[in-house]
Formats: sequence, structure tokens, C-alpha cells
Amino acid sequence: MVTAGLVALLLVTATMAGTVGSVAVPAEEVWRIVLHRLHPSLATADWPPVRETIVMDVRLPRALLCAVVGAGLSVTGMALQALVRNPLADPMLLGVSSGANVGAVLVLVLNVSLFGMFSLTLAAFTGALAALVAVYFLARTGGRMTTVRLVLAGVATAEVLSAVASLIVVTSDDPRRAQSALRWMLGGLAGTTWDLVWIPSAAVLLGTVVLLGCTRPLNLLLAGEEAAAALGLDVHRFRSALFVLVALMIGTMVAVSGQIGFVGLVMPHMVRLLVGADHRRALPAAALLGASFLIAADLAARTVIAPEEIPVGILTALVGGPFFLWLMRRRAR
Amino acid sequence: MNAAPEPLEFAEVRVTVRGRALVDGVSLRVRPGELVALAGPNGAGKSTLLRTCYRALRPTGGRVLLGGDDVWRMPGRALARRMAAVLQEGGGDFDLTVYDVAAMGRTPHKRSFEGDGETDRAVITDALAALGVAGLAGAPFSSLSGGEKQRVLIARAVAQRAGTMVLDEPTNHLDLRHQRDTLTLVRRLGVTALVALHDLNLAAAFCDRVCVMDGGRLVAAGTPAEVLTSELLAGVYGVEAEVTEHPRTGRPQIVLLTGPPGGPGPG
Repeated sequence: MVTAGLVALLLVTATMAGTVGSVAVPAEEVWRIVLHRLHPSLATADWPPVRETIVMDVRLPRALLCAVVGAGLSVTGMALQALVRNPLADPMLLGVSSGANVGAVLVLVLNVSLFGMFSLTLAAFTGALAALVAVYFLARTGGRMTTVRLVLAGVATAEVLSAVASLIVVTSDDPRRAQSALRWMLGGLAGTTWDLVWIPSAAVLLGTVVLLGCTRPLNLLLAGEEAAAALGLDVHRFRSALFVLVALMIGTMVAVSGQIGFVGLVMPHMVRLLVGADHRRALPAAALLGASFLIAADLAARTVIAPEEIPVGILTALVGGPFFLWLMRRRAR
Repeated sequence: MNAAPEPLEFAEVRVTVRGRALVDGVSLRVRPGELVALAGPNGAGKSTLLRTCYRALRPTGGRVLLGGDDVWRMPGRALARRMAAVLQEGGGDFDLTVYDVAAMGRTPHKRSFEGDGETDRAVITDALAALGVAGLAGAPFSSLSGGEKQRVLIARAVAQRAGTMVLDEPTNHLDLRHQRDTLTLVRRLGVTALVALHDLNLAAAFCDRVCVMDGGRLVAAGTPAEVLTSELLAGVYGVEAEVTEHPRTGRPQIVLLTGPPGGPGPG
């Protein structure tokens, strides 16, 4: 029931993302354009070509990227919350996003393009993985890793790396590049083209499928480490493997979208209110809700003060922060 | 329905943490289908010993064998199908329902992407009913009282349908009736069971044998009547107690003798 509702919600928001903008395209026409592209016999082309360009080359890739990043942030947030057994975990925690950020900002400010269009993705992924490995080893003592140490190491690393990223931006002698890096850091999906969509889409799709195969072990972690071990899970190995997977997903996402906060924190909590904490139901629901949410947020980001755009990261924080506080107070009662 | 009960054997098990021996060479064998109590004062090493067999803590020496197989040399899932554990651990900050928690007991029997079948649901519901918590199935686990949580965690272990069970203080938080019901249930399941218990009268009433640990070592093992004597209680716990044979059950009954008012207890 809830899943059907979330699928419907996703379809509605995606359609709206296709219709709304400086040139309004009717919803029914958006669908016919997409169907026509899938196979020309599905719909006759009776629309001006410019509308087709707008829908297919501007709005659709952007909506798709929003869906991918929204879904990816939600599922990685939910997975991290289970992995560290802490409901406050999200991709910003563990320093993963910040690590990706530093890598990407370096590329933007220094204007490195060793690997062409892949430079940014590669730098962000390297940063994410480096941060994660650093946090992992900082949190480990004598072969054991406690949740508290992990969270503390993650938060501290995130702070340091954010400062490093800011430092790189303010000390840059090219104001134009610094401006673009700063804007990118705030999180935004403007100017998305099809080229940008493939890598994060593949990473998020594959990663989500793997996570969906791990829903039972993730449930066990909620019961506690020893209980999970008693129920047959190799906790340390499972956790290490999933950390790498999550870092990969976050690295590819941050490379294209910058840091978009609160999605990975708030969506899992909303989903748990809707369908409960069992990952077999909650994880797919988180992917769907996260996708819808970010499409909607991005739609608002580009329409509220049109023709200007608000970086979507600012918007998600504006909406997500208060919502989270409300949730916290409601649960405390 | 349950896996066959198997012998559980500790062979010279040793756990040393930072130079301190928490478990110091314990050897003990629980026969198939036998219910054995593990007793001893706080810090005697009971929980530590149990943790070595459900793979939460690797022993620094010796071996733990289930049906002759080293539990640390088999896949975790394979062990969890043969042995279930009831731990002293809560459910955390996440709002899993009582049913969700009990359903985790089916995990070792399931592959990735495999859903719970008809049989699994029946097993989970039966386990909840056996512990008298079926009515709470839809309630958030975190909203339960300590005793109710404890019973749900036991139901989870029951749903594992293993032939051997290890229970760490399962009667903690439980009222008299549920203490009786829980141990009766373990007995009725016919599983090999090793149970850490503080209540020696409970151990005497329900268990085939009692093993007593002190300072990381096994200091006594045998039938309740052999082990639970006033000499042992004085030596291990430092209390004066009178042990009599109960006229109706024939089991030893322990009555703690309080020391003189205001003074330190005898012994």
C-alpha cells in the first residue's frame, strides 16, 4: 500500500519536474515526448521541437539525477544509521561527504583535468574513501571499534575537512573559480546534462541492489553487535564491506551534486514512521521517498526565485532541519 | 521441528584481556538435551564464558565444541542454525516492533532476498505465543517493560529452532510466574541448554546439573544436591546459608541467614 503510494508520488513529482519551468509543457505532453523517444510508434510528434529539447535534454536528465541522488542519499543514510547503530548518522557523518568535498573542491579550484570529465568524480570518490579509511583507523583500537569512537572520529574528521575545503576556496587567487567552487559546495543540480547522469546512476542503482540484498543483516545490527553475532552475522567483515560500498555511492553522488544535507538524515526517519524500522520494507521505501523529495526540492529551488536558482542544499537544510527538530520533540513526548 | 540437541563442550577455555584472566581454563560438557545452570558471584566469568560460545568473544585459549565441531571454525550462519543465544542486551533506539524482533530469529535460515514464508510466520507466532507475548506483536519493542523485552528476546531465540540454547540470565526482570514458565519452556523444548542463573533456588528446582564459577575458574559441578551446600555457599559467596531438602520436591532449598543486626554478615 505505502509502496504503491510512494511510486505514485515519484511519478507525480517527476512529471511536474518535466512540466514546470520558464517554458510550461503540459504533463500529458511530457509523457508523450518521453514515450516517443522510447519508441517513435508510441506517440506522434505534434509538439514544437524546442519543447522536446527542453524536456529531453534539460529537464529529464536533471530530474533523473535528482531521483538518483535523493534515493542514494536516503539509502546510504539508512544503511549508515544501522551500521553505526546511531539514528543521527548520515552521509555527512563519518566525514565521507566532507572528504569527497575536499577532493572535488581541489579539482574545481586548481582546475585539474587529468581525466577529463571524470576528474571531479574520481577526486570526490578518492576523497570520500580516504576520509572513511582515516576515520575507520582512528576509531579502531586493539582490533575493536566502538560506535561512540566511530561517531566522534567521523564528526571531528568532517569538521577538519570542511575547514580544509573552505580554506582552499578562500585562498584561491581566481575569484571566478572560487565562486563556482563555493556554489558547488552548497549543493546544486543546475546544468545537469546526460553525461553527468550515468556514473552516479550506475553506482546508486548497483549499490541499492546490494543493500536490498543485505536487509536482514542490517536488521540484525539494530539488535546489537553481540546479538547479531549470535544470529550468525560476521559483524566486522559485514560492516567493513558496507562502509566501502557506501563511500563509493556517496563519492559519486557528491561529485555531481555537492553536499546536500539532511536528506540522508531525515528521509530514513520519515520512512520508519511510515513503514517501521524493518529494512526489508524501509529500504525500498527510503529510495522512493528520497527520490521524490529531492525532485520536489530541486523543483522548488529553480522556481521559487526564478529565473535565479537557490542551491538545493540550502533548501533541503531549510526544510529538513526544522522537520527533524519537530520529529525529535514529538518522539520525546 | 527443532534441530537435534547436541553436546556443548568447553575444553580448557581461557579468556585473557589485558593480562587479566577473565576465564581461566574452564572445561565443562553439557550433554545433549541436558539443562545445566551456570552460577557464581558477580564477575566470576559466567557471561564471558557464554560469550565465547555464541561467537561474541574469541577465547584466547582452548576450544568450544558443539557436536564435536569448533564453533569458531564454522560459518556464523551454520552455527546460528544449531545454537541460539539469549543475551543481556536491549533493542536500541530504533522502533522495531515485537514481531520484527522475534522474526530476526529466522535470519540464519534465510538467504538474501528471500522473504519469510508461511512456515516462518507460524514459527515466529508460535514462539511469541509460547512466551505469552503474542498480544504485543505489533507494539514497538522499546515501549515494553524489562520483563516483556526479556520474553521477546527469548522468543527470538526459540524462533531460531536450534537444538542448543545458551541463555545469559534469562530470568532477570521476570516475575515468579514467568521465571517458572521460561525455564519450563526451555525444559520442554528438549534442547541442550546452558543457563547463567543468579537465583540458586531456581537452578536447584529446574536444572539437571549446576556448575559454579568463581574467579574465572570452575569450582564445582554436579547435581544441585551435590553442589549447593552451605560449605560451598560460604566459600564462594561468603554468606551463611542453610540448605535443606524440600519436603515436597526433594530438591535442595537455600535459605539465606542474615547476620546480626547492624554487624557485618557472618563469614
